[in-house]
Amino acid sequence: MSTTKTALRDFGFGQDEAMLRDMARKMLAERLPMERLRTLVAAAPEPVYDKGERPPWDEQLWAEIVALGWTGLAVGEAEGGSNISLVGIAGIVEEVGRHALPSPLIPTLMASLVLRAAGGDVACEILKRIAGGATASLAVTNDRGSWEPEDAPLVASEQGGDLVLHGEARFVQDAFKANILVGSAKLGDKLVLWAAKTNADGLSLQADHIHDLTRDQASVHFNGVRLGADSIVSRDGAEILKTAWPSLLVLVSADLCGASERLLQTTVDYAKERVQFDRPIGFFQAVKHPLVNAMVEIDRARSLLYHAAAEIVAGSGRAEIAAHMAKSAASDAAAFISDRAIQLHGGIGFTWEYGLHIYFKRNLHNQTLLGDGVHHRKKLADLLIGPVSTSPNLGRDPATS
Amino acid sequence: MSSADLSLEHHEFGEYVRRWLAENAPPPPPERLPITPIEVMTIGQRDYLQAWQRKCYDAGLVGADYPKDYGGHGNIGFQRIANQEMNRAGVPFLINIVGLSMAAPTILQHGTEEQKRKFIPGCLSGEEIWCQGFSEPGAGSDLANQRTSAVRLGDEWIVNGHKVWTSLGHFAKWMILVTRTSKDDKYNGLTYFLCPIEGHPGVTVRPLVKITGETGFNEVFFQDVRIPDAYRLDDVGKGWAVAMTTLLAERGASEGAGSGGGGGESAIRDLIALARGTWRNGLLAADDPVTRDAIMKRAIVAEGLRQNAKRARVPALCDHPMRLPLQQKLTGSEFQQDNARLGVEIAGAHSTLYKRDPRAPQAGHWPLAFLNSYGNTIAAGTNEIQRNILGERVLGLPKSK
Ligand SMILES: Cc1cc2nc3c(=O)[nH]c(=O)nc-3n(C[C@H](O)[C@H](O)[C@H](O)COP(=O)(O)OP(=O)(O)OC[C@H]3O[C@@H](n4cnc5c(N)ncnc54)[C@H](O)[C@@H]3O)c2cc1C
Repeated sequence: MSTTKTALRDFGFGQDEAMLRDMARKMLAERLPMERLRTLVAAAPEPVYDKGERPPWDEQLWAEIVALGWTGLAVGEAEGGSNISLVGIAGIVEEVGRHALPSPLIPTLMASLVLRAAGGDVACEILKRIAGGATASLAVTNDRGSWEPEDAPLVASEQGGDLVLHGEARFVQDAFKANILVGSAKLGDKLVLWAAKTNADGLSLQADHIHDLTRDQASVHFNGVRLGADSIVSRDGAEILKTAWPSLLVLVSADLCGASERLLQTTVDYAKERVQFDRPIGFFQAVKHPLVNAMVEIDRARSLLYHAAAEIVAGSGRAEIAAHMAKSAASDAAAFISDRAIQLHGGIGFTWEYGLHIYFKRNLHNQTLLGDGVHHRKKLADLLIGPVSTSPNLGRDPATS
Repeated sequence: MSSADLSLEHHEFGEYVRRWLAENAPPPPPERLPITPIEVMTIGQRDYLQAWQRKCYDAGLVGADYPKDYGGHGNIGFQRIANQEMNRAGVPFLINIVGLSMAAPTILQHGTEEQKRKFIPGCLSGEEIWCQGFSEPGAGSDLANQRTSAVRLGDEWIVNGHKVWTSLGHFAKWMILVTRTSKDDKYNGLTYFLCPIEGHPGVTVRPLVKITGETGFNEVFFQDVRIPDAYRLDDVGKGWAVAMTTLLAERGASEGAGSGGGGGESAIRDLIALARGTWRNGLLAADDPVTRDAIMKRAIVAEGLRQNAKRARVPALCDHPMRLPLQQKLTGSEFQQDNARLGVEIAGAHSTLYKRDPRAPQAGHWPLAFLNSYGNTIAAGTNEIQRNILGERVLGLPKSK
């Protein structure tokens, strides 16, 4: 008998989850309206794009978010967190995306989910700090920009009971906002999971000069960073990362869904107001129909997002498949509405001042983060069709080979 | 009844339907069945499908939600479950599609007590096949542009005119018929009738040949056809509002009185099977990365449609109550079309073969499915019209007319 677990009929999105989401929406709508976002992150292009400064963010707002306990959303109650289900978290992260909130929230949630998947004393201690307001990010991507959980960016070696880390972790999200990094390193043929403070000896951050104005990103250099037993999360971390990975995909997908819906509504509003040829441009089907197509794509992505979150919560055997589907759909829906949003606004949408580019760039960044649509469909094909035949006699047509 | 009792009942009914379908799957049909009910051509197909609907009806899988007084089973909320299970089980479809998803819901909402008792039971059991007389040569997308006239004469109406594209007209006992009863007002001059067809004096049904070379729909001529006033549905002049009820039901915004079967759920499995057995560029198509990506796009849409249906029942995750229901006709028909197009592509040279060629893969299914798929992107309001409706009613964009 198979013991496949199945997700709840309402995805587990009940009253509590709706209340949290609505609270998040209200708070962010008040504290980060479009006008405020624009003056915050896009007052002028020069500081970030020419001088390479890190985009500003609202640390006062972040302090309030920490006070609300959001760093502990994914942390268990025993560690002082609020233990919100991934479905509930997806609801909140959709709002974060809708308001393009610059913050270390999503990287912190990602690190928490990896630590929770790991379990054990070390992970629990770090989770306690996160629940208490510490911020974190993942350092799991190498110089090739690989999104394979087993491709660790660093090499670890044993020295006494300690581990010493060397190498460079690339594309670390909001590293300059993080107190703690959680990452992977190769130790022989194993993969260790470690945690380190961003101010640890031998660790240095080098800012990436990026397009997205709503985050920072860094290359993190490890020049003999020495980690004691209290920093080694697991000496056998490959399975852990693989287990946590679908939930990481859910977080980025949720951000994409929220931001994409915002772009859709913004463009619909504009199409109702802007008059050309004596009619609001939304009257014309070359405007109307693509917006409907965008809605259809966003709805698909959103349904798949909650499906994936619910399957993960249920511990179902289909969680991985569902998460690949969610990220592929969310990346593609976002690409489509980002494109139409700029185009259908005409010249004003192409200006720095109008601010659509803030969402366009956040989406572009998230589309590729943890793998784009093609990447996830490749993974999906391996699961649903099976791996590509490797033996020349298996896949080759005898007639042509 | 508490919601917990109700969900237990739903669960038990689902179990019952699954078991019943497993034990009562019909024998293979005496001749090849078409892909959808609107393509049923021969008496052999009709008799086989009518017997199947009768059996499903007797078992409680059809008319599940309908009141017992009108031949239903009186179990509100059960139809959705039955529809889902029939889809999943890969059993034949229910032939009386117009009766079940258009006539019955419309009569239930607008009919008199006598009309409900007289007409609904035959819709549900499938004994009385229905057709839809809406479209005319001059009234397609612009449905209100009706010319077929009905003139009152005592207790009767005299109908003259011409209907086209009438699916199932060749087997129909009844027609839901929209007529013009006043020329003074385009929309308020319409009246809706339940009109006898088979053997009725003055009615001529002539088959039309489709792009596939098969018959399937008809044109219907009315020459001084008499309809008793007792068969008028709702008030004189209310025909447009009644027709809107029909269209809403037709486009899948409600569960209707029963639907399912026909194997829509197996499309992705079928595409994978096709790719595993077809060569392409010297490789199995299932090993070709481009083909794999294309099939995974279809798999994501398939899951998206299933999860949309689920999310539509979670109000907290729906911004607008009609946003998902109104997408069903558009997304469902394009899903089928895109699947068929891909099947043709994968089958490559083999898709040139007509169904009567003994070497046609899957008995010529893919190219025929592709040709037939345009029936559903055109019928029931073309997909361009669906995009207008979604853009206007859901996004609130100005009306295109
Ligand atoms: C297989 C099949 C079965 C059918 N069965 C039935 C049936 O049983 N009963 C019945 O009554 N009817 C039936 N129909 C008819 C169907 O409802 C009509 O064909 C449909 O509404 C389109 O009308 P038309 O064919 O006159 O095309 P037109 O309305 O002339 O449209 C032609 C093209 O113009 C586009 N167009 C028209 N108006 C607009 C607009 N405002 N904006 C953008 N594009 C527009 C259309 O989308 C289409 O692409 C069936 C049709 C098919 C193909």
